Amino acid sequence: MSDRLAFVDKFPSAARITRLSMGVSFTALTIGALLGIVQALHRTNVFRGVISSADYYSVLTGHGVLLALFFTIFFLTGIFTWGTSRSLGRELPSPRFSLAWFLLMFSGAVMTATAIFGGLVGQIPFSADVLYTFYAPLQAHPLFYAGLAAWLVGTWLAGADWIRTYYHWRQDNPGERIPLQMFMIVTTMLMWYIATLGVAVEVLFFLLPLSLGLIESVDPLLTRTLFWFFGHPVVYFWLMPAYFAWYTVLPKLSGGRLFSDPLARVVFILFLILSTPVGFHHQYADPGVPEGFKFIAMTNTMFLLLPSFLTAFTVVASMEYGARQRGGTGYLGWLRALPWGKPAFAGCALAGMMFAAGGFSGIINAGMNINSLIHNTLWVPGHFHLTVGTASALTMMAISYWLYPQITGKRLQFYGIAQVQPYIWFIGMGLMSNAMHRAGLAGVPRRTAEPQYQQFDFAPVLGSMAEMRLQIAIGGTLLTLGALMFVLVMVGTWLAERGRGRLRVDSHLPEPISGPSDSPRVLDNVKLWFVIAVVLVVIAYGFPIYSMVADGALNPAAPPFPV
Amino acid sequence: MHVHRFERLWLVAALAMIVLFIGTVTYGAVGAGYGMVDDTGGQVDPTDATASENFREPGVYNGSEPGHYDVYIEAKQFLFVPGTSEPVRVPANSTVTFHVTSTDVIHGFEVVGTNINTMAVPGQVATVTVEFDEPDEYGLVCNEYCGSGHHTMEGSLHVVPAAQFTQTEVN
Repeated sequence: MSDRLAFVDKFPSAARITRLSMGVSFTALTIGALLGIVQALHRTNVFRGVISSADYYSVLTGHGVLLALFFTIFFLTGIFTWGTSRSLGRELPSPRFSLAWFLLMFSGAVMTATAIFGGLVGQIPFSADVLYTFYAPLQAHPLFYAGLAAWLVGTWLAGADWIRTYYHWRQDNPGERIPLQMFMIVTTMLMWYIATLGVAVEVLFFLLPLSLGLIESVDPLLTRTLFWFFGHPVVYFWLMPAYFAWYTVLPKLSGGRLFSDPLARVVFILFLILSTPVGFHHQYADPGVPEGFKFIAMTNTMFLLLPSFLTAFTVVASMEYGARQRGGTGYLGWLRALPWGKPAFAGCALAGMMFAAGGFSGIINAGMNINSLIHNTLWVPGHFHLTVGTASALTMMAISYWLYPQITGKRLQFYGIAQVQPYIWFIGMGLMSNAMHRAGLAGVPRRTAEPQYQQFDFAPVLGSMAEMRLQIAIGGTLLTLGALMFVLVMVGTWLAERGRGRLRVDSHLPEPISGPSDSPRVLDNVKLWFVIAVVLVVIAYGFPIYSMVADGALNPAAPPFPV
Repeated sequence: MHVHRFERLWLVAALAMIVLFIGTVTYGAVGAGYGMVDDTGGQVDPTDATASENFREPGVYNGSEPGHYDVYIEAKQFLFVPGTSEPVRVPANSTVTFHVTSTDVIHGFEVVGTNINTMAVPGQVATVTVEFDEPDEYGLVCNEYCGSGHHTMEGSLHVVPAAQFTQTEVN
């Protein structure tokens, strides 16, 4: 509303960091989406004029790193900076410190991207076609690892900045309950500190020294295990900003308010505790890891379904409450009363729906034995394009339609395009992901430049390979179109004149139906939950990692490739 | 703490479902006897697996009892040995244990259309035991990115009628 002060007027410094983070995030999205369409058309054999099959893997690395790490996590630093200031009602203590972590993250991201794109240019001696998982002993240029390390340290400082702001607020407000958004930010960051330890050790002690020639070899299983120590929790780091939005903003967008604040806190605590001790479920097919550790990871993974099931309930219940406030009636008739024409709402709701489907295919991945059927097949990207590629990405885009006017003070431009965009994404993902899941069941591998092989044919249970490839190509094209439509709205808004027209968003967030006073105080004891999380990690990882390094951290010793 | 009645019901139902999922996996391991890839294959020298006592020259070997075979497969950029230049041949109605390792980077070993699917990690040996009933032909693919020629890394596995399989094919 025009008469209400926008966030940017109240907290100009936090709004600036949020804008900068989002700017980098959306730039990464644009480049990553363009790489996405190149891949979709190349590997389905629809159009192969842009790259060779050997260069496909540099493009794939760029798509994975730019979207899964830089788009998502720069968005996270943006929305968490906003959430910290908004929920505590104060600026971050030092604009210079905030700018410093942003610049560190940004320069790290630029270094890593430079190494990746160097691989596409013949004359430049950089390359990093090691994919998003950078499994040793495949090796990238040192710039790739150094960039990742700088970026990671930047995220640590960002977390310190938010937690420090919280600490200042706590001194001024002793005895008060932590505001819900701040609670979510603190628990997410504590999870991040635990989880990134694995990848930090992997990069700093093994991969960076290896690429610089300081050590001659690494233990591939150990570095892979350290990667997956981080590799699954990062999934929740993508998802937490989406949950943050679904719990605190979506209920209001649907016309009501959050159903239960205490359960929202329980959900975030469960994520803090259970996110890291599940990493071995990415290593079900790995030799050298005893079955027992895989089993422990499997049970933890299954219990990690609980917070997502609870979220499904709360989000749908809050939406229903909102719909009934807007005059909706009937068992399912209330769905019609929801504001499907508002891009912020429609995007979040469609993303939530896709997440339910992605959750079910994720249960298959987590099933230790049936996992063998789909391990490393196209099923897996089919799955995570529903979770990170829709639940996270579409929610981030949708919430930007609501948030961006508040942090810029500018009215959202091209509103008609914004209204259509979530539906384009939904249809594109529906086509691409269902075909990927089915192709995976037929045994089609992921991460390959070619649709078919010389020595055998794939035998799909349902449909034909040609039809699946066509769906992937059309779906991938629609998704790229959706991403570009979103970026057009954002750039248009960015370039628009400030103060012209009403903002068309209402920044007020109503109180939950069941507020924080209904929840036991122990929920706010984040130190306790942090300690429990660390203990669980030690139980899940202590012995396996000990047994891998007992014979020397570099043994069995595999030299790097290419040398 | 106040939890709405429906929410409590949902919580209990979700927990029951989770326990059920864990139960099915446990049944698969204990009841149906599905064996995971684990650490029983042991370790080898990543640069020269055949120099290690638990990994032989790649090829088909007689197993511990009649009807059992051991197949040693080396994955390397961008071949399966055996498998790529000539198919792996095993007889029908047999029990086969695959021993897979890599001598350079991490590869995948997937028998297309089956649940034979493991990582080939340098320094480690993956073992997978399966039964083949009928004669059939299967594709082999590397399903973990292993370098710029990854998409060319493939092979085939022929399960041939027992009468067509002779001991001369065994190392």
